[in-house]
Amino acid sequence: MVKEVERAGLPVVHMCTVTPISMTVGANRIVPTIAIPHPLGNPALEPAEEKALRRRLVERALKALETEVTDQTIFED
Amino acid sequence: MAKLRVVHYINQFFAQIGGEEKADYPAELRAGEVVGPGMALMQKFGDEAEIVATVVCGDSYFNENIDKATADILEMVKSQSPDVFVAGPAFNAGRYGVACGTIAAAVQEQLGIPSVTGMYVENPGADMFKTKIYIVSTKNSAAGMRDAVAKLAPLAVKLGKGERIGASAEEGYIPNGVRVNFFEKERGSARAVKMLIKKLAGKPFETEFPMPVFDRVAPNPPVKDMAHAKIALVTSGGIVPKGNPDHIESSSASHYGEYDITGVMDLTADTFETAHGGYDPVYANADADRVLPVDVLRDLEKEGRIGSLHHLYYATVGNGTAVASAKKFAAEFAKKLKDDGVDAVILTST
Repeated sequence: MVKEVERAGLPVVHMCTVTPISMTVGANRIVPTIAIPHPLGNPALEPAEEKALRRRLVERALKALETEVTDQTIFED
Repeated sequence: MAKLRVVHYINQFFAQIGGEEKADYPAELRAGEVVGPGMALMQKFGDEAEIVATVVCGDSYFNENIDKATADILEMVKSQSPDVFVAGPAFNAGRYGVACGTIAAAVQEQLGIPSVTGMYVENPGADMFKTKIYIVSTKNSAAGMRDAVAKLAPLAVKLGKGERIGASAEEGYIPNGVRVNFFEKERGSARAVKMLIKKLAGKPFETEFPMPVFDRVAPNPPVKDMAHAKIALVTSGGIVPKGNPDHIESSSASHYGEYDITGVMDLTADTFETAHGGYDPVYANADADRVLPVDVLRDLEKEGRIGSLHHLYYATVGNGTAVASAKKFAAEFAKKLKDDGVDAVILTST
């Protein structure tokens, strides 16, 4: 799906936990996430902390969308 | 001659520990035990080989702790000094396929023990590992177990004995890109003419030189002005309005959904849920923002970090869903996003 969105001419960032799969399917901008059943959260945290964690990840995704890339790139912290 | 010693790797599901709710089950060695699909393998092995131990590990546990899980399992395998290592088969289970490929490749490379696994050709693990280890080509579900085991067992025995492995078409593994010279019975010109005649007659023929598929899309230029950009959300994590109005299937999805989130500031347990059957749904059902971060994007929209969050989002279930289907869904909704003036997309996967 990532590749088709990119093919349509839209920059896209793939947020997922198993980044090797993302590399295999051909995503160009990749942001690693927390865990498979809760990529953008962590139920062990307090709700406020959890939202802050999610915000950091989404901000990293926006940063990735603002970054020029020529090849598949994983945006770690 | 003594039987070959085999260590077998399976996930929590095939070990009958449980489904997704047990996918975080850490790696465990069961010495002297034959579990689940190991029974069928043992039957096929006959007097040639026997499973001396089974390693069981949850799919999520493995994929979320790849380094630790790999190191732990390597120790377990080493302690059993097998002649050959068999993982799976994983069919079309993505995380299981990645786990089988990762651990089989590690056992072969780091312990020098020949390894083999089995999976469906569209399993992401197949592309990742087909050049590193032998991967028997299986059907896309466990209904193909018989057929998978019938190929897996003899190949494991051959590998364990150090025998020569034939071509992919003979042994039933996914082509690994290795070419071997051999003499054909018929010369090239005769084969070419036969192929041409079949082609002219509109009959099926088999090429001797399949073209490799390179399907890569170059990255688009970045978003220049995020403060005025329209951002859209897409997910393969199955987030849908409560009640799953479009009845998106929990696996092998046949369609996707388009949902309006105008005025929705936060996804709650009362309003949204996941339709995905390939991961433990407890966390996403309690708070779907954990998969589709609407709450945070609303904040960022209010603060002016992004121009706006597109009022529609697209969702399907990426669980054993055919690549061809996913491609079709995305080509369709990507066009809609483009027509709606969306500037960039955040796609989340579980």
